[in-house]
Amino acid sequence: MATALQFPANVSTLNNYNDLYPDWTQREVSTGTTIMAVEFDGGVVIGADSRTTTGAYIANRVTDKLTPIHDRIFCCRSGSAADTQAIADAVTYQLGFHSIELDEAPLIQTAASLFRDMCYRYREELMAGIIVAGWDKRRGGQVYTVPVGGMMTRQPVSVGGSGSSYIYGYVDSNYKTGMTKEECLKFTAEALTLAMERDGSSGGVVRLAVISEQGVERQVILGNQLPKFSTV
Amino acid sequence: MSEEMFPEPEWLSEEVKTGTTIIAVTFDGGVVLGSDSRVSAGESVVNRVMNKLSPLHDKIYCALSGSAADAQTIAEIVNYQLDVHSIEVEDDPLVCSAATLVKNISYKYKEELSAHLIVAGWDRKKGGQVYATLNGLLSRQPFAIGGSGSFYIHGFVDAEYRKNMTKRESQEFVVNALTLAMGRDGSSGGVAYVVTIDKDGAEEKCILGNELPRFFDQ
Repeated sequence: MATALQFPANVSTLNNYNDLYPDWTQREVSTGTTIMAVEFDGGVVIGADSRTTTGAYIANRVTDKLTPIHDRIFCCRSGSAADTQAIADAVTYQLGFHSIELDEAPLIQTAASLFRDMCYRYREELMAGIIVAGWDKRRGGQVYTVPVGGMMTRQPVSVGGSGSSYIYGYVDSNYKTGMTKEECLKFTAEALTLAMERDGSSGGVVRLAVISEQGVERQVILGNQLPKFSTV
Repeated sequence: MSEEMFPEPEWLSEEVKTGTTIIAVTFDGGVVLGSDSRVSAGESVVNRVMNKLSPLHDKIYCALSGSAADAQTIAEIVNYQLDVHSIEVEDDPLVCSAATLVKNISYKYKEELSAHLIVAGWDRKKGGQVYATLNGLLSRQPFAIGGSGSFYIHGFVDAEYRKNMTKRESQEFVVNALTLAMGRDGSSGGVAYVVTIDKDGAEEKCILGNELPRFFDQ
């Protein structure tokens, strides 16, 4: 693992990475999670696993990582549980205030920008990877990802958390533009199941939510109801 | 001050690694092995067309990953040992024998080596077989993936693998898996090498970058 020597900031350190593990596992804190969000025509589908770990102990096996920020704006939290809860609370307050001033529903991009501002400003102290998703009147369903470090970008489909690396291949191969709501739900549930099978820090139940003009529908898929694959 | 401003390029002091994605799959009647072709030293690509599928015998191949030097050396040693063994028994060696020879080296020198070889081939006794020899264990599996790029396709192979695929389907499965991994892993890339082994022998193929399948690109 990484040595404890101090190098001046502009000299590249010798990479001591064990070639069996990708480099980034040494930099990212795995408080474990798999989160995902997909846009469809008319809204978004978001999903997350339900495991919170402190080391090897599962502190909460039925966590709700899909946090409402406003009526039709949710965020999926990954990284440090404390940091993401604090950020989400702060943004909920700011967005609520902004929405009252505007006298109309806030835009998803506004919510994502607020997350980004906070994650970027305090990037040294925070460890938070957040996916912001929802529906607004101007642009319909949108997914914005704000990973560790504080960049923000809009993507049609986004995955995050320690379990996400195992499903990049699956998501790349199975995502198609123009999917219906039901197809997105199935796609998200399957991807999360595959990640939960492979990532020790993700597990429990799959929580899903659909956000559209009509509102928010939430569902839970229990462990024994998860989709089954031939090798798992 | 000046040596801090212009540090020596990292790759001069980095060990040469085959970053890599490797995969081997059994089908009814044989095996298909696949690999990418990138060899990196730190951030520099030192070989963009390396064939990581190395023959151990006529119908037994191994896929190399990890430290390039370690993996190549193990493959050469086992190639020699298998030749001697097959002369002694006056017959083609079993895939299990090849895998055991690789495992013996990997296990005995596990502290010094950092290479993971997947051994796959066809023999008369058990047909197509795939063995994983990670860190000195020996495990027969319907399929195996390895290398830094393999993390990104765990979900994909779990979902898409089915037992008893045909030769054609297995080849497509391998090429798709390699393409997806090369798309996400910075240490994997270049061209895809695919070797199909069945009772008639081994067939090697190289698929260039622009012939690889395309997936939705975000």
